[in-house]
Amino acid sequence: MSMEVIQPGVCTTVQDLGRYGFQQHGVIVGGAMDPLAMRVANMLVGNRQRDAVLELTLKGPSLLLQKDLLLAVCGGDFAPTVDGKRIAPNRPVWVKRGSTLQFSHAKQGCRAYLAVAGGFDVPMLMDSRSTNFRSGFGGFEGRMLQAKDVLSTRPPGEYSRHLACNYADAAGENAFSQADWHVPRSLFPYIAEPVVRVIRGEQYSGFSTESRERFWKEPFRVTPQSDRMGYRLDGPPLTLSSPLEMTSEAVTAGTIQVPPSGQPIVLLADRQTIGGYPKIGYVATVDLPIFAQLKPGDVVRFREVSVGEAQHALYARERELKQLQVAMELTTGWR
Amino acid sequence: MQYHEFFPLGDSGVVVKLGTTIDQHTHESVKKLSVCLQEEPFPGMVEIVPGFTTVSIYYDPLALYDPKSEQTPYEKVVGLLGEIISRTQKGKAREPRLVEIPVCYGGEYGPDLEEVARHNGLAPDEVVRIHSEQKYLVYMIGFAPGFPYLGGLDERIATPRRTAPRTAIPKGSVGIGGSQTGIYPIVSPGGWNIIGRTAVPLFRPEQQPPSLLRAGDFVRFLPVSPEEYDARREMAP
Repeated sequence: MSMEVIQPGVCTTVQDLGRYGFQQHGVIVGGAMDPLAMRVANMLVGNRQRDAVLELTLKGPSLLLQKDLLLAVCGGDFAPTVDGKRIAPNRPVWVKRGSTLQFSHAKQGCRAYLAVAGGFDVPMLMDSRSTNFRSGFGGFEGRMLQAKDVLSTRPPGEYSRHLACNYADAAGENAFSQADWHVPRSLFPYIAEPVVRVIRGEQYSGFSTESRERFWKEPFRVTPQSDRMGYRLDGPPLTLSSPLEMTSEAVTAGTIQVPPSGQPIVLLADRQTIGGYPKIGYVATVDLPIFAQLKPGDVVRFREVSVGEAQHALYARERELKQLQVAMELTTGWR
Repeated sequence: MQYHEFFPLGDSGVVVKLGTTIDQHTHESVKKLSVCLQEEPFPGMVEIVPGFTTVSIYYDPLALYDPKSEQTPYEKVVGLLGEIISRTQKGKAREPRLVEIPVCYGGEYGPDLEEVARHNGLAPDEVVRIHSEQKYLVYMIGFAPGFPYLGGLDERIATPRRTAPRTAIPKGSVGIGGSQTGIYPIVSPGGWNIIGRTAVPLFRPEQQPPSLLRAGDFVRFLPVSPEEYDARREMAP
């Protein structure tokens, strides 16, 4: 027993980096919508990057801590507090047992990630701890969290214990203490009116010249019919020059498919494994975190990149994360 | 040389198109490449998804990224796959499995059997006979966990989808939608006409592999009585 859910929030689920290797059995990948924030949150508490975290959506939960915990919050700004006092994001925070950790609605972004030292303890199923709530398995009993649920955490590793010691001493009589350093916000690419990089899809050339131009030029707005499965966008209608005979085939996170309505749908973490609509493009993996932080009403634009450019950007991001890991270990006296 | 084309599936996947029509020949090519990649995955390969005319391959672009090379991870994968395709398509495909699925047709388990019969001018018994004498090919698994895309429904029992879809179709329901037939592995909404139900679990998250069927299998439906269905359900987990 580590924490009890007092209020569950809108859609709070246990997630990790997703369930790979089972798409041929129709099992979705799932996992954190914003894997960058999720991984950094884990790094901050000394976990492995793939350990299970809580994903918060639009409005966060209230949690009663039943033991001392080292935690970190990354991603959208949900104004987290411990016993009513603000705690800062993007850094390790040590919190005393008996305290209440509370999140508000999202003031910026759409999703936040709560990592705890050791990671959340739910059963590993098909190599993953992520929740597939549509099919009702994985994560915490295959569903979103509810009031009175009690979550456990796994035993923290040596590095996590080292970090916890650093900040536990500093707390004294206080309910919590936090690091006086943080991960630079510039690491997270969230911006107000983002331009997201997109690779051409297989049916790109089947769209009318006008549709293709509008796709790159005009803004698209996220509609309320958007969730972990996909975001429906509102913008200039996209039409094919002539009808296409489509055969269902694999779709990936970031696939931008265009149903007959002409309004694109961007498939995200909980997408089905197979889809049958024409694909105008794919959001580059490196920009999926930006996309996952958009909420209904937000506006996004698309910019074309090649597969090679998208892969290079992903490599550059990965190198940055490795440097961050080293910098944190030096700062905290682990190296 | 086997026909093939490559398309990027974003920056972490590639689609290999092995035919332009849904047929047995293309399916054989899909199966051969799938089996080969599964038995000998190339370094950096994550997983594959066989389709009607395609094999989609997910890979980790970081595992294949070389800052000193001019070649992108995508180009590397396409090169590797080109070699694998020319090597594998000569070989013989694995013997397909035939999986028998006992189905209790009609009554409370198949509320639309009468409707399917009426639509096609047949007696309900004839619908059951036609549906259960065919061997169906599993083209792929997807849409829902364990959901098989089956080929080979007899046109004599094809029936359009219901005008008002049901919000919750019970797990194991066997249905007909247009000229397709299939089984709902989990409770889900759907517009197909439900003609029967099976107690055999198609999706078992705790088992490896979690899906009872896999692409390339053949399926035959075996009519059983409600008593046999109930007995089977008690045994099922």
